[in-house]
Amino acid sequence: MEKVDVRGLSCPMPVIKTKKLMDKGVRELLVVGTSSVSKENVSKLARTSGYQVTMKEDDKNEWEMELRK
Amino acid sequence: MDRTKWFVLSVGLIIGAIAVALVKLGNPPNMGFCIACFERDIAGAIGLHRAGVVQYMRPEIIGMVLGALLASLFAGEFKSRGGSATLVRFILGVFMMIGALVFLGCPLRDVLRMAGGDYNAVVAFIGFVFGVGTGVFFLKRGFNLGRAEYSHSQAGGFVLPLIMAFFLFILLKATVFNPDAGGPLFFSAEGPGSMFAPLAFSLGAGLLVGILAQRVRLCLSGGIRDFMLIRDNTLLLGFIGIFVGALLLNIAFGFFKTGFAPQPVAHTMHLWNFLGLYLVGLTATLLGGCPLRQLILSGEGDTDAATVVVGMIVGAAICHNFMFASGAMKVADGVVASSGGPGIYGQIACIVGIVVVAAIGFAFQED
Repeated sequence: MEKVDVRGLSCPMPVIKTKKLMDKGVRELLVVGTSSVSKENVSKLARTSGYQVTMKEDDKNEWEMELRK
Repeated sequence: MDRTKWFVLSVGLIIGAIAVALVKLGNPPNMGFCIACFERDIAGAIGLHRAGVVQYMRPEIIGMVLGALLASLFAGEFKSRGGSATLVRFILGVFMMIGALVFLGCPLRDVLRMAGGDYNAVVAFIGFVFGVGTGVFFLKRGFNLGRAEYSHSQAGGFVLPLIMAFFLFILLKATVFNPDAGGPLFFSAEGPGSMFAPLAFSLGAGLLVGILAQRVRLCLSGGIRDFMLIRDNTLLLGFIGIFVGALLLNIAFGFFKTGFAPQPVAHTMHLWNFLGLYLVGLTATLLGGCPLRQLILSGEGDTDAATVVVGMIVGAAICHNFMFASGAMKVADGVVASSGGPGIYGQIACIVGIVVVAAIGFAFQED
């Protein structure tokens, strides 16, 4: 599973970094981030791209989600 | 269309309608809200520039920062953070203001001007789209200003909101330090700075828009950027909502007048309308948000965005002190007496801005 670390990155960097791997055909991703805006945007991108989103961790200051296709 | 999209569209409609209501209550024409113009007025109010016609402590700006602060505190989203190429963001803020004042408005005012029938704003809008497109080119190449760090203390995030609260205090207190020269606040006796809605309305409107924009993450450059990058139209719906809301109320109040001239606080130099908002679109995309979004983020504890806001205020002072800002067309007896536009220094500053911001776009390529 490929890991994408988008902690501390502002909009739209988290989405771009995740999308780059999706475009390479990666089917399993672990995305780690901090802001709630990036959490919303990455999960939205994942759903529209046909990935299943599983939140592994959803704390106030950090989140972690698994994306599978 | 899902619930989020309806919410964003509704917020856009409300903001557009509030903007026109503020014009009805006294704000300058097609300027219910203008983040750049109002930050410029604040720069004048605290004496950073001496353009006598654009000085007022705009409560809308204060309200937006404090509204975003309240909304983010209630939502548990307030987090003090910063440290992502802070000085570069400051410089980008300065250039974003130069672009906005060459055009005479931020992207929000561009939408409001289009909704008032100002064709010059359509020219500028095309420039804005190209600017965002250029920003997207840099993003795709790997542009990144770097990570922000969360602070162990929330104190830093309160600095800009506290400064805004202090501005509100001195506006309400109305103390004059120097009876001859004025200050600490300076107020325009004529021109756009002398036109404002009653304080309670402008502050209330700012608070409401600050809360709403924080909740839906409204961003005008973001709307176009997301559509270009990932074909997501959510934020674009906010853009469309503002346009439709303002258009309907402009027609209802009889403010809607189509044409290039005469138009209020506008100029007809097409190239510079285009390039002014091109620079804003490019800069906003590299910064991750338009002037409105930077204001909202600064209320959420983002000190990098607060630095952009300060950069824009300083940029406004530079614009007026060094004659970069465009002049507005002058109309006498319904006839256009002068078409306005930027002088040679403003034109050079705009081009230099595009070159410098593009250089930053290349220099911060990550991979």
